[in-house]
Amino acid sequence: MRTYGRPLAGFALLALLGVLAGAGPYLTRWSWTDVDVTAFGDPPSADHWLGTTASGRDVYAVALRALRRSLVIGLLVAAGATGLAAVTGAAAGYVGGWADRLLRWVTDLLLVFPPFLMAAVVSRAFTGQVATALLLTGLMWMMTARAVRAATRSLRDEGYVLAARQLGASAPRIVLRHLLPNLTSLLLADATLNTGAAVVGESGLSYFGFGVRPPDVSLGTLLADGAPAATVFPWLFLPPVILLVLILLAVDLAGAGLRGASNPFRERG
Amino acid sequence: MAGVLLRRLAGQVLLVTVAVGLAYLLAATALDPRAELEARNPPPPPSAVEKRLDELNANDRTPLFTRFLTWVSGVPRGDLGATLDGTPAGVQMRRRIGASLRLLLAGVLLGNVLGAVLGVVGTLGRHVDRLVTAGTFTVLAVPAVVLAVLAQAAAQWVNSRTGTRIFAWTGEYTPGGTGGSPHHLTERLQHLVLPTLTIALGRATVVGRYLRGTLRDTAGAAFVRAAVAKGLTRRRALIRHALRVAVIPVVPLSAYGCATLLAGAACTEKVFGWHGMGEWLIDSIHRGDVNAVAAYCCFAAVVVLCTGLLSDLAVTVLDPRSHA
Repeated sequence: MRTYGRPLAGFALLALLGVLAGAGPYLTRWSWTDVDVTAFGDPPSADHWLGTTASGRDVYAVALRALRRSLVIGLLVAAGATGLAAVTGAAAGYVGGWADRLLRWVTDLLLVFPPFLMAAVVSRAFTGQVATALLLTGLMWMMTARAVRAATRSLRDEGYVLAARQLGASAPRIVLRHLLPNLTSLLLADATLNTGAAVVGESGLSYFGFGVRPPDVSLGTLLADGAPAATVFPWLFLPPVILLVLILLAVDLAGAGLRGASNPFRERG
Repeated sequence: MAGVLLRRLAGQVLLVTVAVGLAYLLAATALDPRAELEARNPPPPPSAVEKRLDELNANDRTPLFTRFLTWVSGVPRGDLGATLDGTPAGVQMRRRIGASLRLLLAGVLLGNVLGAVLGVVGTLGRHVDRLVTAGTFTVLAVPAVVLAVLAQAAAQWVNSRTGTRIFAWTGEYTPGGTGGSPHHLTERLQHLVLPTLTIALGRATVVGRYLRGTLRDTAGAAFVRAAVAKGLTRRRALIRHALRVAVIPVVPLSAYGCATLLAGAACTEKVFGWHGMGEWLIDSIHRGDVNAVAAYCCFAAVVVLCTGLLSDLAVTVLDPRSHA
């Protein structure tokens, strides 16, 4: 129980945030697009629980909308990046030789490429959350792919892999049916951590105007709006910060806990 | 050993050359300097826009490949083309690199040292370890922008409490301030403290956390148990034997982190109003300034090369297994 306490707490917090993003908007009569012309930049009150923005939007509704955007993007990217990394990393690690060199080359190339330039190119061609998710997937899969590759190398000569090969299983079958299932714990931990990285990445991109664009909102755009006057209008800045920190804490607890629990050589503690 | 390093270096050089070439092509196709020039006020005549674009080697009516060749032929001579406002990109870049280095050097050094301390301190005792873990956990969960803004808020509070301006947080110095040189130095330091701390804190948590992880992973290894069996205290065995092995995987990670920082501590620069490389890239992309973006990519490539080489060297020194 001790071993699984942290990941459980993390996943519980994540689920709670999901529920908040899904059901929270129904608790108030303001929708995130509503403009209250009687309240511009008001501090929190009984009517507007978290105050209003300078243009009269309800901060509570807007923040939850942003939370939903960020969570959806985070989960999409985590699934996409981890999936891509699993297949390419395991294939390169198992096949070796040219496939291995090719993967190394591509990942190296992508690592030296300025991410903001890619963002500029992609955001010119596509907009919306799917484009942002695709972009982040493209920027994030490399690190996991390397980890998967290294883990595959160490599994390649295990008895059950040799046995499958002797029984005539094809390389794709060995990768998909024998290697990947044995990497599940690594993949799960990485997917969780990638969710957090994607949420931060999205907020970074949106902060600089490359991700989600106005009038739509994400935690990144809210941060960008709230940061310049954080000390004067804290109610604009604090909600996205708190939500972001909560997401990251949840993801970190879950992912790091999973990773720790899956390493038998690690000291408990 | 030298041969291995040289081969790696050759591979890396080839890699970053390809990356820079691709980056130029991508920037030249995706960015739109014409729109930026046409949007100026008062609107310039079309012939002037055309002429300017030709001067900049950024005319989208010239074939991409011709533009690419023109640009490439300038690079060995150190000619990176001109930015949209007409100054040579190399000159602007030098100024920006200066600002970035002043911002990052102290922060990165402090951060790495602090990170190493944090990573090791965790082995001293359970309670210390808990404290450090909780601390790094919290800081890691806070994005750079938020850290920077919080630092500013704290500084504002200190300033108003003490009634003097101890910290300053916009730009490298107060514009139009009295420029006497001793005063100038303190002035610069006042502006430097907050961004440096922000960067150092971010670095330290990443390095500290990772080092703590690898240290714990090696703590159960046979050679550490052997050292304890030989009569060393556990702490001594960890610091003398395990640390040396544990630090090896941290080096490339830390080097890579520093490289990305140097090439763009964009958030920190933006919040603190420093005109460094990160801000330059973002602004140039938004302006559609092809030559500036390409120049930035050259710089980023060189940084990646150098840090990669340094980290290879460090690993070779630390890890006897890599001598083979």
